[in-house]
Amino acid sequence: MASPSTRIDDGRDVDSDNSGLMREKLSVLIVDDELLVRKVHEKLLSKLKLAKQVQTQTATNGKEALDLHLSGSSFDIILMDLQMPIMDGTEATKELRAMRVESMIVGVTSVDAGADKEAFMEAGLDKCLPKLLTADKIKSLVETLEKNK
Amino acid sequence: MLESLFSTPKICQFKATSSFVTPHTPLSLNRQGTTGMEVGQMQRRLVEFTKSLFMEGFLDGQFLQLQQLQDESNPDFVVEVVSLFFQDSEKLLNDLTLALEQQNVDFKRVDAHVHQLKGSSSSIGAQRVKNACVVFRNFCEEQNLEGCMRCLQQVKQEFYLVKNKFETLFTLEQQLVAAGGSIPTMEITSF
Repeated sequence: MASPSTRIDDGRDVDSDNSGLMREKLSVLIVDDELLVRKVHEKLLSKLKLAKQVQTQTATNGKEALDLHLSGSSFDIILMDLQMPIMDGTEATKELRAMRVESMIVGVTSVDAGADKEAFMEAGLDKCLPKLLTADKIKSLVETLEKNK
Repeated sequence: MLESLFSTPKICQFKATSSFVTPHTPLSLNRQGTTGMEVGQMQRRLVEFTKSLFMEGFLDGQFLQLQQLQDESNPDFVVEVVSLFFQDSEKLLNDLTLALEQQNVDFKRVDAHVHQLKGSSSSIGAQRVKNACVVFRNFCEEQNLEGCMRCLQQVKQEFYLVKNKFETLFTLEQQLVAAGGSIPTMEITSF
Protein backbone atom coordinates (compact mmCIF):
# COMPACT_ATOMS: atom_id res chain seq x y z
CA MET A 1 0.00 0.00 0.00
CA ALA A 2 1.00 3.60 -0.35
CA SER A 3 3.28 4.64 2.39
CA PRO A 4 2.93 8.26 3.34
CA SER A 5 6.54 8.30 4.51
CA THR A 6 8.27 9.18 1.23
CA ARG A 7 6.48 11.71 -0.90
CA ILE A 8 7.75 12.62 -4.30
CA ASP A 9 7.08 16.30 -4.32
CA ASP A 10 9.65 18.25 -6.27
CA GLY A 11 12.30 17.23 -3.79
CA ARG A 12 10.67 19.10 -0.93
CA ASP A 13 10.22 15.97 1.12
CA VAL A 14 13.62 14.45 0.50
CA ASP A 15 14.95 13.41 3.88
CA SER A 16 17.30 16.33 4.34
CA ASP A 17 18.78 19.16 2.37
CA ASN A 18 21.85 17.48 0.92
CA SER A 19 22.30 19.82 -2.03
CA GLY A 20 25.96 20.31 -1.06
CA LEU A 21 26.57 16.57 -1.07
CA MET A 22 24.39 15.78 -4.08
CA ARG A 23 26.13 14.01 -6.93
CA GLU A 24 26.74 16.05 -10.05
CA LYS A 25 25.30 13.64 -12.57
CA LEU A 26 23.24 10.49 -12.64
CA SER A 27 22.62 8.61 -15.86
CA VAL A 28 20.12 5.78 -15.98
CA LEU A 29 19.19 3.42 -18.78
CA ILE A 30 15.68 1.96 -18.50
CA VAL A 31 15.34 -1.26 -20.46
CA ASP A 32 11.78 -2.55 -20.68
CA ASP A 33 9.46 -3.56 -23.50
CA GLU A 34 6.46 -1.96 -21.76
CA LEU A 35 5.97 1.73 -22.46
CA LEU A 36 3.99 2.15 -19.26
CA VAL A 37 6.92 0.92 -17.15
CA ARG A 38 9.46 3.06 -19.01
CA LYS A 39 7.25 6.11 -18.61
CA VAL A 40 6.66 5.65 -14.89
CA HIS A 41 10.32 4.95 -14.11
CA GLU A 42 11.47 7.92 -16.17
CA LYS A 43 9.05 10.22 -14.40
CA LEU A 44 10.02 8.90 -10.99
CA LEU A 45 13.71 9.49 -11.70
CA SER A 46 13.11 13.02 -12.94
CA LYS A 47 11.03 13.93 -9.89
CA LEU A 48 13.38 12.49 -7.29
CA LYS A 49 16.23 14.78 -8.32
CA LEU A 50 18.91 12.50 -6.95
CA ALA A 51 21.63 14.43 -8.73
CA LYS A 52 22.12 17.98 -9.99
CA GLN A 53 21.72 16.53 -13.46
CA VAL A 54 19.68 13.39 -14.05
CA GLN A 55 19.74 11.88 -17.52
CA THR A 56 17.57 8.97 -18.51
CA GLN A 57 17.50 6.96 -21.66
CA THR A 58 15.25 4.08 -22.60
CA ALA A 59 15.51 0.89 -24.61
CA THR A 60 12.72 -1.51 -25.50
CA ASN A 61 14.77 -4.70 -25.38
CA GLY A 62 18.19 -6.08 -24.52
CA LYS A 63 19.56 -5.63 -28.02
CA GLU A 64 18.79 -1.92 -28.02
CA ALA A 65 20.56 -1.66 -24.67
CA LEU A 66 23.63 -3.37 -26.14
CA ASP A 67 23.56 -1.16 -29.23
CA LEU A 68 23.60 1.93 -27.04
CA HIS A 69 26.73 0.69 -25.32
CA LEU A 70 28.36 -0.27 -28.61
CA SER A 71 27.78 3.26 -29.84
CA GLY A 72 29.67 4.63 -26.88
CA SER A 73 26.98 5.40 -24.30
CA SER A 74 27.55 4.58 -20.67
CA PHE A 75 25.32 4.73 -17.63
CA ASP A 76 25.59 4.74 -13.87
CA ILE A 77 22.58 2.47 -13.46
CA ILE A 78 20.83 0.13 -15.87
CA LEU A 79 17.30 -0.93 -14.92
CA MET A 80 16.85 -4.19 -16.79
CA ASP A 81 13.58 -6.01 -17.34
CA LEU A 82 13.75 -9.78 -17.68
CA GLN A 83 11.14 -10.78 -20.23
CA MET A 84 11.59 -8.86 -23.45
CA PRO A 85 11.37 -9.75 -27.13
CA ILE A 86 14.45 -10.05 -29.37
CA MET A 87 16.87 -10.19 -26.46
CA ASP A 88 15.80 -10.76 -22.87
CA GLY A 89 17.33 -9.34 -19.73
CA THR A 90 19.44 -12.37 -18.90
CA GLU A 91 21.16 -12.46 -22.26
CA ALA A 92 21.60 -8.70 -22.35
CA THR A 93 23.16 -8.69 -18.88
CA LYS A 94 25.59 -11.47 -19.85
CA GLU A 95 26.60 -9.56 -22.97
CA LEU A 96 27.05 -6.30 -21.07
CA ARG A 97 29.25 -7.96 -18.47
CA ALA A 98 31.25 -9.68 -21.21
CA MET A 99 31.81 -6.16 -22.62
CA ARG A 100 33.15 -5.18 -19.18
CA VAL A 101 30.34 -2.72 -18.62
CA GLU A 102 30.75 -1.54 -15.04
CA SER A 103 27.34 0.03 -14.57
CA MET A 104 25.17 -1.08 -11.69
CA ILE A 105 22.77 -3.44 -13.43
CA VAL A 106 19.51 -3.85 -11.55
CA GLY A 107 17.01 -6.46 -12.63
CA VAL A 108 13.46 -5.12 -12.43
CA THR A 109 10.91 -7.85 -12.91
CA SER A 110 7.54 -9.13 -11.78
CA VAL A 111 8.65 -12.72 -12.43
CA ASP A 112 8.35 -14.85 -9.32
CA ALA A 113 11.33 -16.66 -7.85
CA GLY A 114 12.44 -19.61 -9.95
CA ALA A 115 14.98 -20.84 -12.46
CA ASP A 116 14.51 -17.85 -14.78
CA LYS A 117 15.11 -15.40 -12.01
CA GLU A 118 18.15 -17.30 -10.73
CA ALA A 119 19.65 -17.32 -14.20
CA PHE A 120 18.97 -13.58 -14.40
CA MET A 121 20.89 -12.95 -11.17
CA GLU A 122 23.74 -15.21 -12.24
CA ALA A 123 24.06 -13.33 -15.52
CA GLY A 124 25.68 -10.51 -13.56
CA LEU A 125 23.04 -8.41 -11.86
CA ASP A 126 23.99 -6.33 -8.87
CA LYS A 127 20.47 -6.58 -7.54
CA CYS A 128 17.01 -7.75 -8.54
CA LEU A 129 13.92 -5.80 -7.51
CA PRO A 130 10.20 -6.18 -8.15
CA LYS A 131 8.36 -3.97 -10.62
CA LEU A 132 7.48 -1.08 -10.25
CA LEU A 133 10.35 0.58 -8.45
CA THR A 134 9.44 2.91 -5.61
CA ALA A 135 11.08 6.18 -4.63
CA ASP A 136 12.72 4.49 -1.62
CA LYS A 137 14.19 1.70 -3.73
CA ILE A 138 15.65 4.12 -6.27
CA LYS A 139 17.15 6.29 -3.53
CA SER A 140 18.69 3.19 -2.00
CA LEU A 141 20.28 2.26 -5.35
CA VAL A 142 21.87 5.69 -5.66
CA GLU A 143 23.12 5.48 -2.07
CA THR A 144 24.74 2.13 -2.90
CA LEU A 145 26.27 3.73 -5.98
CA GLU A 146 27.76 6.46 -3.82
CA LYS A 147 29.15 3.98 -1.29
CA ASN A 148 30.81 1.94 -4.02
CA LYS A 149 32.48 4.96 -5.66
CA MET B 1 -12.54 -18.81 -4.52
CA LEU B 2 -13.31 -16.45 -7.34
CA GLU B 3 -15.93 -14.61 -5.33
CA SER B 4 -13.82 -14.22 -2.21
CA LEU B 5 -11.22 -12.23 -4.06
CA PHE B 6 -13.65 -9.83 -5.61
CA SER B 7 -15.60 -8.59 -2.63
CA THR B 8 -12.95 -7.05 -0.45
CA PRO B 9 -14.31 -3.99 1.20
CA LYS B 10 -11.56 -2.20 3.03
CA ILE B 11 -11.92 -0.08 6.06
CA CYS B 12 -9.53 2.76 5.57
CA GLN B 13 -9.18 6.41 6.25
CA PHE B 14 -8.18 9.01 3.77
CA LYS B 15 -6.86 12.47 3.99
CA ALA B 16 -7.41 14.89 1.16
CA THR B 17 -4.74 17.55 1.15
CA SER B 18 -6.03 20.55 -0.66
CA SER B 19 -7.72 23.76 0.34
CA PHE B 20 -11.45 23.30 0.26
CA VAL B 21 -13.99 26.03 0.08
CA THR B 22 -15.25 27.02 3.54
CA PRO B 23 -18.52 28.74 4.38
CA HIS B 24 -16.54 31.98 4.64
CA THR B 25 -15.26 31.86 1.08
CA PRO B 26 -16.60 34.72 -1.04
CA LEU B 27 -19.39 33.62 -3.33
CA SER B 28 -18.56 35.91 -6.20
CA LEU B 29 -18.30 34.23 -9.58
CA ASN B 30 -14.87 33.30 -10.84
CA ARG B 31 -13.75 33.66 -14.43
CA GLN B 32 -15.33 30.33 -15.31
CA GLY B 33 -18.67 31.57 -14.04
CA THR B 34 -18.77 29.15 -11.12
CA THR B 35 -18.89 30.07 -7.49
CA GLY B 36 -16.39 29.03 -4.88
CA MET B 37 -19.08 26.90 -3.26
CA GLU B 38 -19.74 25.05 -6.52
CA VAL B 39 -16.04 24.32 -6.93
CA GLY B 40 -16.01 23.10 -3.33
CA GLN B 41 -18.90 20.77 -4.04
CA MET B 42 -17.11 19.43 -7.08
CA GLN B 43 -14.00 18.81 -5.04
CA ARG B 44 -15.95 17.00 -2.37
CA ARG B 45 -17.69 14.87 -4.99
CA LEU B 46 -14.34 13.97 -6.51
CA VAL B 47 -12.87 13.07 -3.13
CA GLU B 48 -15.86 10.91 -2.23
CA PHE B 49 -15.77 9.14 -5.57
CA THR B 50 -12.03 8.52 -5.30
CA LYS B 51 -12.47 7.19 -1.77
CA SER B 52 -15.14 4.80 -2.99
CA LEU B 53 -12.73 3.36 -5.57
CA PHE B 54 -10.38 2.39 -2.76
CA MET B 55 -13.11 1.22 -0.41
CA GLU B 56 -14.55 -1.06 -3.09
CA GLY B 57 -11.13 -2.45 -3.90
CA PHE B 58 -10.92 -1.11 -7.44
CA LEU B 59 -7.72 0.78 -6.67
CA ASP B 60 -4.83 0.34 -4.29
CA GLY B 61 -1.94 2.49 -3.11
CA GLN B 62 -0.01 2.13 -6.36
CA PHE B 63 -2.51 4.53 -7.94
CA LEU B 64 -1.63 7.15 -5.34
CA GLN B 65 2.06 6.68 -6.23
CA LEU B 66 1.16 7.47 -9.83
CA GLN B 67 -0.76 10.58 -8.81
CA GLN B 68 2.26 11.81 -6.88
CA LEU B 69 4.26 11.75 -10.10
CA GLN B 70 1.88 14.19 -11.80
CA ASP B 71 2.89 17.83 -11.76
CA GLU B 72 2.65 21.07 -13.74
CA SER B 73 5.27 19.88 -16.22
CA ASN B 74 3.16 16.80 -16.96
CA PRO B 75 -0.41 17.56 -15.84
CA ASP B 76 -1.91 14.63 -17.79
CA PHE B 77 0.56 12.03 -16.58
CA VAL B 78 -1.99 9.81 -14.83
CA VAL B 79 -4.42 9.92 -17.75
CA GLU B 80 -1.59 9.04 -20.14
CA VAL B 81 -0.38 6.10 -18.08
CA VAL B 82 -3.88 4.75 -17.45
CA SER B 83 -4.70 5.12 -21.16
CA LEU B 84 -1.60 3.10 -22.00
CA PHE B 85 -2.79 0.41 -19.64
CA PHE B 86 -6.20 0.22 -21.29
CA GLN B 87 -4.75 0.13 -24.79
CA ASP B 88 -2.29 -2.63 -23.98
CA SER B 89 -4.78 -4.60 -21.93
CA GLU B 90 -7.50 -4.63 -24.60
CA LYS B 91 -5.00 -6.28 -26.90
CA LEU B 92 -3.99 -8.76 -24.22
CA LEU B 93 -7.61 -9.69 -23.57
CA ASN B 94 -8.13 -10.28 -27.29
CA ASP B 95 -5.01 -12.43 -27.40
CA LEU B 96 -6.24 -14.39 -24.40
CA THR B 97 -9.64 -14.96 -25.96
CA LEU B 98 -8.01 -16.28 -29.13
CA ALA B 99 -5.53 -18.43 -27.20
CA LEU B 100 -8.29 -20.12 -25.22
CA GLU B 101 -10.29 -20.82 -28.37
CA GLN B 102 -7.53 -22.92 -29.89
CA GLN B 103 -8.04 -26.65 -30.31
CA ASN B 104 -4.89 -27.33 -28.32
CA VAL B 105 -4.61 -24.59 -25.78
CA ASP B 106 -1.06 -23.50 -25.07
CA PHE B 107 -1.40 -22.83 -21.33
CA LYS B 108 2.13 -21.48 -21.11
CA ARG B 109 1.28 -18.83 -23.64
CA VAL B 110 -1.99 -18.06 -21.86
CA ASP B 111 -0.10 -17.78 -18.59
CA ALA B 112 2.42 -15.42 -20.15
CA HIS B 113 -0.37 -13.09 -21.28
CA VAL B 114 -2.04 -13.21 -17.87
CA HIS B 115 1.28 -12.54 -16.18
CA GLN B 116 1.72 -9.45 -18.32
CA LEU B 117 -1.79 -8.24 -17.56
CA LYS B 118 -1.24 -8.86 -13.88
CA GLY B 119 1.93 -6.79 -14.01
CA SER B 120 0.44 -3.84 -15.83
CA SER B 121 -2.74 -3.76 -13.74
CA SER B 122 -0.57 -3.80 -10.64
CA SER B 123 1.45 -0.90 -12.07
CA ILE B 124 -1.56 1.40 -12.13
CA GLY B 125 -3.11 0.09 -8.93
CA ALA B 126 -6.04 -1.74 -10.58
CA GLN B 127 -6.29 -4.14 -7.68
CA ARG B 128 -9.35 -6.16 -8.66
CA VAL B 129 -8.00 -6.82 -12.14
CA LYS B 130 -4.70 -7.88 -10.60
CA ASN B 131 -6.43 -10.22 -8.15
CA ALA B 132 -8.47 -11.76 -10.95
CA CYS B 133 -5.22 -12.44 -12.81
CA VAL B 134 -3.75 -14.18 -9.76
CA VAL B 135 -6.63 -16.65 -9.75
CA PHE B 136 -6.39 -17.03 -13.52
CA ARG B 137 -2.72 -18.01 -13.30
CA ASN B 138 -3.56 -20.77 -10.85
CA PHE B 139 -5.90 -22.34 -13.38
CA CYS B 140 -3.27 -21.94 -16.10
CA GLU B 141 -0.83 -23.87 -13.97
CA GLU B 142 -3.43 -26.61 -13.50
CA GLN B 143 -4.15 -26.51 -17.25
CA ASN B 144 -7.80 -26.27 -16.31
CA LEU B 145 -9.53 -24.94 -19.42
CA GLU B 146 -12.92 -24.46 -17.83
CA GLY B 147 -11.38 -22.57 -14.95
CA CYS B 148 -9.40 -20.43 -17.37
CA MET B 149 -12.49 -19.58 -19.39
CA ARG B 150 -14.35 -18.51 -16.24
CA CYS B 151 -11.37 -16.47 -15.15
CA LEU B 152 -11.14 -14.76 -18.49
CA GLN B 153 -14.74 -13.62 -18.12
CA GLN B 154 -14.02 -12.42 -14.60
CA VAL B 155 -10.93 -10.51 -15.71
CA LYS B 156 -12.86 -8.89 -18.55
CA GLN B 157 -15.63 -7.91 -16.18
CA GLU B 158 -13.23 -6.33 -13.72
CA PHE B 159 -11.34 -4.64 -16.53
CA TYR B 160 -14.43 -2.96 -17.96
CA LEU B 161 -15.68 -2.04 -14.50
CA VAL B 162 -12.44 -0.27 -13.60
CA LYS B 163 -12.28 1.34 -17.03
CA ASN B 164 -15.71 2.80 -16.42
CA LYS B 165 -14.63 4.02 -13.00
CA PHE B 166 -11.55 5.72 -14.42
CA GLU B 167 -13.62 7.42 -17.10
CA THR B 168 -15.86 8.85 -14.41
CA LEU B 169 -12.88 9.87 -12.29
CA PHE B 170 -11.17 11.71 -15.13
CA THR B 171 -14.42 13.39 -16.15
CA LEU B 172 -14.90 14.69 -12.61
CA GLU B 173 -11.30 15.93 -12.57
CA GLN B 174 -11.70 17.69 -15.91
CA GLN B 175 -14.91 19.36 -14.79
CA LEU B 176 -13.27 20.53 -11.58
CA VAL B 177 -10.24 21.97 -13.38
CA ALA B 178 -12.47 23.62 -15.99
CA ALA B 179 -14.39 25.27 -13.15
CA GLY B 180 -11.15 26.69 -11.76
CA GLY B 181 -10.63 24.19 -8.97
CA SER B 182 -7.59 22.10 -8.13
CA ILE B 183 -7.46 18.34 -7.82
CA PRO B 184 -6.92 17.29 -4.20
CA THR B 185 -4.14 14.79 -3.50
CA MET B 186 -5.15 11.76 -1.52
CA GLU B 187 -3.17 9.88 1.07
CA ILE B 188 -4.16 6.69 2.77
CA THR B 189 -3.59 7.40 6.44
CA SER B 190 -4.66 4.08 7.94
CA PHE B 191 -6.37 0.78 7.33
